[in-house]
Amino acid sequence: MLTLEHFLTVGALLFCLGLVIALSKRNAIGVLMGIELMLNSVNLTLIAFSRFSDGPAEIAGHAFVAFIITVAAAEAAVALALAVAVYRSRQTVEVDQLDLLKL
Amino acid sequence: MEGAGVNIAFYVLSILTLVAAGGVMVSRNLLHAVLFLIVAFIGVAGFFVLLSAEFIAMAQIVIYVGAIAVLILFAIVLTPRSVRDNSETAMVGPAILLGVALATVFLFVIHDTGWMTGAGDPGLSASDLGRALLSTWVLPFEIASVLLTAALVGAIMLVRSEAEESEDVPDADA
Amino acid sequence: MDNLATDHWYDFRDLANLSRVILEGIDKVAPYELAYIVAPIIGFVAAFVIFVLPSQLFVGVYGERRIIGRIQSRRGPNRVGPFGLLQPVADALKLLQKEALTPKVADRTLMWAAPVFFVAPAVLLFAVIPFGPRMVFADVPAGLIFFIAVSGLPVLAAFIAGWSSNNKYSLYGAMRIVAMSVSYEVPLVLMLLCVVVFTNTMSLPGIVWFQKDVDLWLIFMQPLAFVVYFIAVSAELNRTPTDIAEAESEIVAGYLTEYSGMKWGLFYGMDIGYALAASAFAATIFLGGWSMWGLEQWVPPWVIFIAKTHLFYMVFIWTRGTLPRLRIDQLMGFAWKFLLPLAVVNLFLVSLERLWWSESDLGGGIVFVIAAINVPVSAVAVYLWARFLGYKPERVPTRPRLAREAGGYVPLEEPVIGGGK
Repeated sequence: MLTLEHFLTVGALLFCLGLVIALSKRNAIGVLMGIELMLNSVNLTLIAFSRFSDGPAEIAGHAFVAFIITVAAAEAAVALALAVAVYRSRQTVEVDQLDLLKL
Repeated sequence: MEGAGVNIAFYVLSILTLVAAGGVMVSRNLLHAVLFLIVAFIGVAGFFVLLSAEFIAMAQIVIYVGAIAVLILFAIVLTPRSVRDNSETAMVGPAILLGVALATVFLFVIHDTGWMTGAGDPGLSASDLGRALLSTWVLPFEIASVLLTAALVGAIMLVRSEAEESEDVPDADA
Repeated sequence: MDNLATDHWYDFRDLANLSRVILEGIDKVAPYELAYIVAPIIGFVAAFVIFVLPSQLFVGVYGERRIIGRIQSRRGPNRVGPFGLLQPVADALKLLQKEALTPKVADRTLMWAAPVFFVAPAVLLFAVIPFGPRMVFADVPAGLIFFIAVSGLPVLAAFIAGWSSNNKYSLYGAMRIVAMSVSYEVPLVLMLLCVVVFTNTMSLPGIVWFQKDVDLWLIFMQPLAFVVYFIAVSAELNRTPTDIAEAESEIVAGYLTEYSGMKWGLFYGMDIGYALAASAFAATIFLGGWSMWGLEQWVPPWVIFIAKTHLFYMVFIWTRGTLPRLRIDQLMGFAWKFLLPLAVVNLFLVSLERLWWSESDLGGGIVFVIAAINVPVSAVAVYLWARFLGYKPERVPTRPRLAREAGGYVPLEEPVIGGGK
């Protein structure tokens, strides 16, 4: 018997894993992968809420997920373009070496 | 949601997704990390099918696996081999601590709350979603399309090199 | 279900009867869950025995080589068995015996995994295709999106193959296949969107029923969509006029350079499998699927469907035998400059027509009017856009001849033997 809690648990664990990846990776592309995982876990949670509820909230969950997927696609495109542009000017995509503003 | 099949599917998908996400964390090669990420995306798509959101599951595969993962692969191949390692910064300790703390809070909240779940109607089709997107959610829908256009233009402008820009200027010698 | 005479198990016009009887028999003696496990096995065995395996071996391997041989004025395989019919079997045996080499610097795990990832989606693709009125294994409501989603997966497998080989030609091939598939996916999906807008459904059986109800195939209502689908899918599948990802005259064998033995065989076999799936998809969407203006009452619908699939596959073979390979910049420019604008224009046109159809109560007969509008409009749009972009038509030779007709191979001048400057 699967309940809402099961899906929320998986979503929460996935979110935390994504968070750790996004916070700890040295490579900008690795950070981006963590963010994508976090967005995915949010999608999973929203769809789970939508499945276990009635009325207008049901379609709202699906619509939210559709928007999140759209935004994720746009975000990935811009972030990767940024990574390539940063590599061109600084010869690195490691986030802890991009410290021009540091005293 | 009952039945042995659904339960087995849920646990298999959970293990697959979480192990793949862990693989993104631990694999040292950035390309292996992307492949683990793809497996995690497919696992989440499987969850969507389990939650009877078939259309969203297909969209997940098309956009995340077909587009975003391919973009990431492209970005990795376009940057040279020396920057392809996937190691952590010194912040890995605090990050893991924060992650564990957050997971504890989340799990506590999830299992402590009395969720008021309804019966749930599994028969939500793509046309229902389309109708909702073009009636209730029409303004966010349009804004999302503007955002996509802006992202398209922005991404192209960011990665243009000077050599490519000079190609667009009409040749003065000719 | 007006076109099915009986529900008896021996009525082979609908093989769903047979599988239903088997499943009911299992249900009587075993718990309910067993039927769940047996049903996919029956489906896959049936699909493979009736369709995929014979098509792959005898149309994909043998037929293709024979027909290309005919086009190119040579014989093709003709030694093993009668008319060379056993050639595919001999090929498979040869590939099984060969050693599958792995380079020392390759990424061993990924190089082993790539063929597996390449094969799995091909099997999934056949799950949503309706072979007959009830012979569809998984009637997914969004079957069309399922097909698009799953057919995007082998590209990743090909990329893994090219990257893990650790060979520069392989990497070139991998980058090319990804760039090509990303480019051609855009017009392809836009054209399939036209089909969805026009038929008002995303389920593949639904699209077939639409074509049966209006008694007209979508190829006549959406000629531009059909042409663009054909070009885009042949680019995505790496068929020969557009196979720049494994162009042997430029980059050895692309992402397959380091593969040998049965690992290479899996790629080769599944390339044919994907081409067959794309043909089956085209037959479903554009050629009316299993319906044939009443003929499906007499001939088994699945026979009609398989015949249409092979007909479409023949066009693949024909273009492969006829056209020379294109350059990568020509192909990329063609996708973005030529196909994409046409796809947008077609989408606009189709949406207007659909609006007209839904707003005015004109009934199903209007599709003939729409077909009469769309065929010339598409031709004019293609011609004008090509003129605008400055594509010049090639001068077609007036009388192509087989060498045999011309009296065999006659060298134009005596070859100079051992001649220097």
